[in-house]
Order: sequence, then structure tokens, then C-alpha cells
Amino acid sequence: MTTPLGQTSDERQALHDRVWALLAPLTDPEIPVITLRELGILREVRDGSEGLQVVITPTYSGCPAMGQIEDDVKAALDAHGIAAQVITQLSPVWTTDWMQPEAKEKLRAYGIAPPHACEAQPSSVVQFAARAPRASPVACPQCASVNTTETSHFGSTACKAMYKCLDCLEPFDYFKPY
Amino acid sequence: MSATYLLHLADNALILGQRNAEWCGHGPVLEEDIAMANNSLDLIGQARLLYQRAAELLGQGATEDSLAYFRDVPDFLNFTLLELPHSNTLLPTASSDRDFATTIVRNFLYSAFMVLVWDKLQNSQDSQLAAIAGKSLKEVRYHLRHSRDWLVRMGDGTPESHTRAQNALNHLFAYTQEFWTPSTHETAACQSGMGTDSSNLQTDWNAIVDQALLEANLSRPAAGGFVSTGKQAIHSEHLGFVLAEMQSLARAHPTATW
Repeated sequence: MTTPLGQTSDERQALHDRVWALLAPLTDPEIPVITLRELGILREVRDGSEGLQVVITPTYSGCPAMGQIEDDVKAALDAHGIAAQVITQLSPVWTTDWMQPEAKEKLRAYGIAPPHACEAQPSSVVQFAARAPRASPVACPQCASVNTTETSHFGSTACKAMYKCLDCLEPFDYFKPY
Repeated sequence: MSATYLLHLADNALILGQRNAEWCGHGPVLEEDIAMANNSLDLIGQARLLYQRAAELLGQGATEDSLAYFRDVPDFLNFTLLELPHSNTLLPTASSDRDFATTIVRNFLYSAFMVLVWDKLQNSQDSQLAAIAGKSLKEVRYHLRHSRDWLVRMGDGTPESHTRAQNALNHLFAYTQEFWTPSTHETAACQSGMGTDSSNLQTDWNAIVDQALLEANLSRPAAGGFVSTGKQAIHSEHLGFVLAEMQSLARAHPTATW
């Protein structure tokens, strides 16, 4: 069967597989131990009306790494003579819940405490506002102690909070559930 | 008309983002310096997404940059509340040009409103605005939590922090009346299914605010008096200074790219 792009669907599928393989090693510009695919930023490889499209989704609205990520994707494909349009798509909204256990383990080994699962949000926004924050304990990525404390809810990037271990006394980053 | 509604939302996010970024390098403690910069990054990110969508609808060569940097005071549609300085010379307790209590109270009053607005706009008929709302809701939740925590800590803190928080509240509260007075572009956006009628959110906003003020041991000022008109593009004298600083680089080098 011929696709609108003039190739058989098997040929398109083979191209998509090749694109996924080429993009697989790309890592987050700010957390180089975890790949874009593992983070859930790289969403889809598909055929648009004008050819190949790679769909990415931003983490936080203001994440300054998105421009770099788009350039990295284009460069990785350009190097192999593949032209693709990079599409930024907001919905479904990115969540840290998409991160697989292996990716979380990579973060921990790198010294960043991986995110807990997101808490279920109350159906009423008013209830959310009234509820006092109750943080689940975060394990120290160095010594695994849960005797830790948040020093700042905001850190060096939008996705992280700053913590301190009260046992080994190491400061560390916590990747916040989002 | 629907682009006008998007510009109102975008201008709100951009102007408050610019104001909060004025704390960068001047935070009362290092953690709050970083918190304010993070908060600004979110708001400016939301503004970019909204300007991009507005530019698509406007066409005629509009871009996110032309909308942010090459419009003037009479074109901006943000709430007056968001353009005010971080202090007011009428406040006896504001000893410098940045009063942290003013910043916190403003962020609280606005975040409590936007958590309700974004929640509703997730159902916007404009699918791109609905997607932006879904992302922004996640972010405004912790903006609200951050400012609410500080509001309670200040209001229920020392006599000095309490006085500053109450003075800031007395100064800013009247400007929230603008939230509930529909402009023509909001009414049109509601009718087209893009927007939400903010006057329906007042009961929930009151519940959020009153509960926080109770915990903070602060008293709610009486509303009334002049209703500000920023979202109808009639601004205080402060917005011009905000734009002069924010736009100067882009206007000095209009063809620059980075």
C-alpha cells in the first residue's frame, strides 16, 4: 500500500523506527543522564501532510531548554539526511508520572532524588487551596535516609526543589512531582 | 475579538512575570530570590504560549515578540493590580522600593483568581487555550501555595510582619474589583465559548481568600471605591515604566535574534 508520501507503509514504518533509534540517545540538556524519551518529552514520530513530524512536549511552560531540545532533535536527524518538522504539542499535559522506574533510578544514581507519584488533586479547586501541604518523605539519593528536609521548594531549574539530608548532611536536588 | 481575550491573559502573565523578576538578585533571602525567579519563568512561559496562539489568530505578521515588545501602554490589557510597584509611597511601612509583603499579597490575590480561571479554561472551545490552561493550572497551584504560605507566616508572625501584610492588603484589595467587572472582550470570549465568565468565580475566590485571611489573622478590607480599568487598556502611570525597561533591549535592536 502506498502512503500519501509516495512510499509503502512498511517503508514509512522502517523510517519511523530509524528516527526513534537516532533520537534515543538524546539527553535532557540540563540533566544529561536521562534521555528525552525517558523523560516523556519526546512523544511521537508520525507522518504529517508535508512529511515527517517529531512531536515534543514541554515540561514546564517556561522551560528554557525547549529551544535547545528542538535544535538537538533537528541536528540528530540532519546528520543522517533526514528532514523533519519538530512540533511542540501541549496536550496531554506533561507529568513526571510518565517517567519509568529505570529512568528514576538513573536520576537517583546521578544524585537527584526522583519524583514521587503525583498526588490526586481534589475535584474542587477551593479545597486544594485550603489544604495545607503535606510532603511525603523524600529519600536522600546518597545514603537513602528519609530523615531529610526541604530547604527550598524552588531550585536551580523549574523542575527541582532543594533538600538536605539530616543524616549524611549532603544537600541534594529533588525532582518535584508535576 | 478572541485574540483580544488571549492578549488579556498573556499581558497579565507577562507583566506580573516582569514585576516578580525585579526581585532577582534582591530577594529577602536566597530561597525567595530563587522562588521569585522560578515564578517569573513560569509566568513568562505562559505568556509566550498565549502570545503564540494570539499571533496565530491575528495573522498579519504578528509574533510573540511583536506582541510583547512592540505594543505600547494603550495596547496592553493586563489588570492594573499587576503593574503596580512592589511598594506604595502611601504605605508608611514600605521603607524601600521593594516591599516583600506587597509582592506576596499581590501574588496571593492573583493566584487565587487564576487557579479558578485556568481550571475553567481547561474546557475552552479553543483547544490550544484549553491545553495552555491545563499546563498553567499545575503551575498556578504552587504559586498559590507559595504566596499563601507566606501570607499566613507574615500575617500571623511578628507585629511588624503583620502590619506590613495588612497594609499591603489594604492597599491592593480594591484593585481586585476589576476581576469581577467584565470587559467587552471577556463577554465576547464567553459567548464564543473560548473564555469563562469570571463573575461566576467570585464565590469560590472569596472562600479561598477568606479562609487564608482567617489563618493569617488578617482582616479583609471593605471593597468599594474606584474600579481600575487596566484590562480595558486604561492604565495607571506605572505600566509605562515597566514597559520602558522590559522593551528597551528589543526596541534598540529590533532585528536581533538569539
